[in-house]
Amino acid sequence: MDRHILSVFVRNQYGVLARISSMFRRRGFNIDTLTVGATEDPDYSRMTVTFEGDDAVKNQIIRQLGKMPDVVSISELHRGDSVSRELVLIKVRNDKDTRQDIMSVIDIFRAKVVDYGTEAMTIEITGESSKIDAFVDLVKEFGIIEICRTGIVALERGSGSIRNKQ
Amino acid sequence: MCGEVMKLSGSEILIRTLIEQNVDVVFGYPGGQVINIYDTLYQHQDEIKHILTAHEQGAAHAADGYARSTGKVGVVIATSGPGATNLVTGIATAYLDSVPLVAITGNVSLPLIGRDSFQEVDITGITMPVTKHNYFVNKGEVLADTVREAFKLAMSGRPGPVLIDIPKDIQTSLYDYEPQPAVTADEKTAGDGDDISAAVELINNAKKPYIYCGGGVISGDASEEAVELAEKIDAVLGCSFMGLSAVSTDNPRFLGMQGMHGHYASSMAQHNADLIIAIGARFSDRATGNKAKYAPKAKIIHIDIDNAEIDKNISVDCGICGDVKLTLQKIIDSVDAKNNPEWIEKVSAFSAQEKEQLKLTSDMTPYNLIDVINKTVDADTVIATDVGQHQMWAAQYCKFSKPRKFVSSGGLGTMGFGLGAAIGAQIGSGKKSVLITGDGSFGMCLNELATAASYNVPVVIVIFNNGVLGMVRQWQTLFFDKHYSNTVLDRKTDFVKLAEAFGIKGYRCTEMAEFEKTMKSAFEDNGPVLIECFIDKDEMVLPMLPPGGSMDDIIVERLGD
Ligand SMILES: Cc1ncc(C[n+]2csc(CCOP(=O)(O)OP(=O)(O)O)c2C)c(N)n1
Ligand SMILES: [Mg+2]
Repeated sequence: MDRHILSVFVRNQYGVLARISSMFRRRGFNIDTLTVGATEDPDYSRMTVTFEGDDAVKNQIIRQLGKMPDVVSISELHRGDSVSRELVLIKVRNDKDTRQDIMSVIDIFRAKVVDYGTEAMTIEITGESSKIDAFVDLVKEFGIIEICRTGIVALERGSGSIRNKQ
Repeated sequence: MCGEVMKLSGSEILIRTLIEQNVDVVFGYPGGQVINIYDTLYQHQDEIKHILTAHEQGAAHAADGYARSTGKVGVVIATSGPGATNLVTGIATAYLDSVPLVAITGNVSLPLIGRDSFQEVDITGITMPVTKHNYFVNKGEVLADTVREAFKLAMSGRPGPVLIDIPKDIQTSLYDYEPQPAVTADEKTAGDGDDISAAVELINNAKKPYIYCGGGVISGDASEEAVELAEKIDAVLGCSFMGLSAVSTDNPRFLGMQGMHGHYASSMAQHNADLIIAIGARFSDRATGNKAKYAPKAKIIHIDIDNAEIDKNISVDCGICGDVKLTLQKIIDSVDAKNNPEWIEKVSAFSAQEKEQLKLTSDMTPYNLIDVINKTVDADTVIATDVGQHQMWAAQYCKFSKPRKFVSSGGLGTMGFGLGAAIGAQIGSGKKSVLITGDGSFGMCLNELATAASYNVPVVIVIFNNGVLGMVRQWQTLFFDKHYSNTVLDRKTDFVKLAEAFGIKGYRCTEMAEFEKTMKSAFEDNGPVLIECFIDKDEMVLPMLPPGGSMDDIIVERLGD
């Protein structure tokens, strides 16, 4: 099963997020991540949806989304011609025996400490999901207290815009 | 048309926008959060007629029956809270059968929203999965355009219900209103040219074509094209439950309804076909039986206005998204004319076998009752039904010669749909309607007898009283060792007295000759009439495809006791 990323340009209407997530739930589509945010135009929002599935599932999701009056356009983002990022905040136990090791992992991954205390520190890391997964795996041994991932955001490479698709 | 801008109240804007859309009848029920809308209706009673039902569910079904029988958008109004929730079954019924409906609900004023105020429910949240779209109007400035957009959505593409929830303070505040012409449905287009060419090639190569008409043939006004295609390529036609009345039952190519309780000939024809052309259909499990074993020898072409239907329930060899009428016209223009004498002969043999299976007696059997109904009504009569065995018998045996003459809840299978729908269909079509109902279903919404009586609606109600929830009982007979758990009704209800209590003529028939006479006079009556007929509780709807079975697992005869 392949991983798919869809970028969905929607009218910024009352209840649009509920409407779209309700459609996914009701039709039994399993979504990995769903992010939503403002765009260059306040009348529209952009949602980024990732999920695993075969082509039949992907096509159904695209067609079901396409039917929704709030959805203006949908574009499928492929690995090669798009960039995708996820931002994560991870709170790990800070203890003097492991501090050095944590700091070197942070260095290697070009992550950032955004909150620091004697008991715990919060690390910010941005990147593709695979990088983040690897990072999370590495810091696990130091003791993760909590974690918050934004889900994936992605854009097509080049000068095009989803607004020009139909 | 666009005149000067006026300052009007929200409820005035709502009603004027409805009038803009040429709405002349609405169904509904008043209450505190729509009292302003009702006040405006009072002032516009010469332009819009309001039909007061006994229950909001009945109003929703009536608006639905109105829409199904006319092709226009049905409109229903209800108050907040319980009024709105009472609409839900009706809206879901319309959704599953793709019926264009605009439901308007009042809600508490904006400052009271979200506080569990008296009679506040989140009706847009509740109806989200059973509407094409819905609106919570939180700005009066957009009210008129919201109503316009709702009508456009309800009727465009694949039709469906749309709900508009209007808080009370928006109904009473003043906003700018500028009259506009009625909206029209989105422009229709034929399917993609390459897809059409692919379909034409499949059709040209087929020797055993079967055309499967869904409800989309009716809503897409493509009855003539479906028949024309069948004639040109020498195909046979069948239909889903929702496709009934799309093709005249007298057409010799027409095999009748297919699927779980479909005709033997149409099931066998699909099983043996080398090409299925599905038009405006969704391959519902009720229409196809076990999908893995469906039409094993056939290539499949699927034409539908709703792109999401293609490859949803069944993966097809050629999917065409487009208006069914325009697409069929293009296909008809390009396909080769054909003769398939062997195929036609084979299918005729199935039809002959089917006739043998039908064991006719002179008793009060479902077949005989429907035969009398067929002989009494005319081509314009709308036949409405409830849900159960009586519905399937109607689907199997009723005769139709024009589209939109069969009004029944297919997708949701809503018991209690029939009476409201028959009333709405009569009001919409201006022709007689006949309701075929069961003793169980009728009990669910018989309060609408009050509506039929108040407005003197000429609907003939025929109750197929078998004393049981026959359809469920049939499953218990076949698959649950005759454990008749809670399906024996044997109520003490006297339906004739009940009718009289509502101010309606009621008759009881125990013999065919009596029914023939009563049905005839009831049909000539210009008001509502109820006729109760008794049938045997062990009558079964046959043939039947056992659940999970394929088309050739069809059960055609009553199993030995
Ligand atoms: C609202 C609703 N509740 C339950 C059912 C399940 N159900 C389907 S058919 C049926 C029996 C209907 O009985 P009746 O109206 O007497 O018709 P008959 O089958 O006897 O002709 C029932 C209970 C349903 N379809 N709708
Ligand atoms: Mg019954």
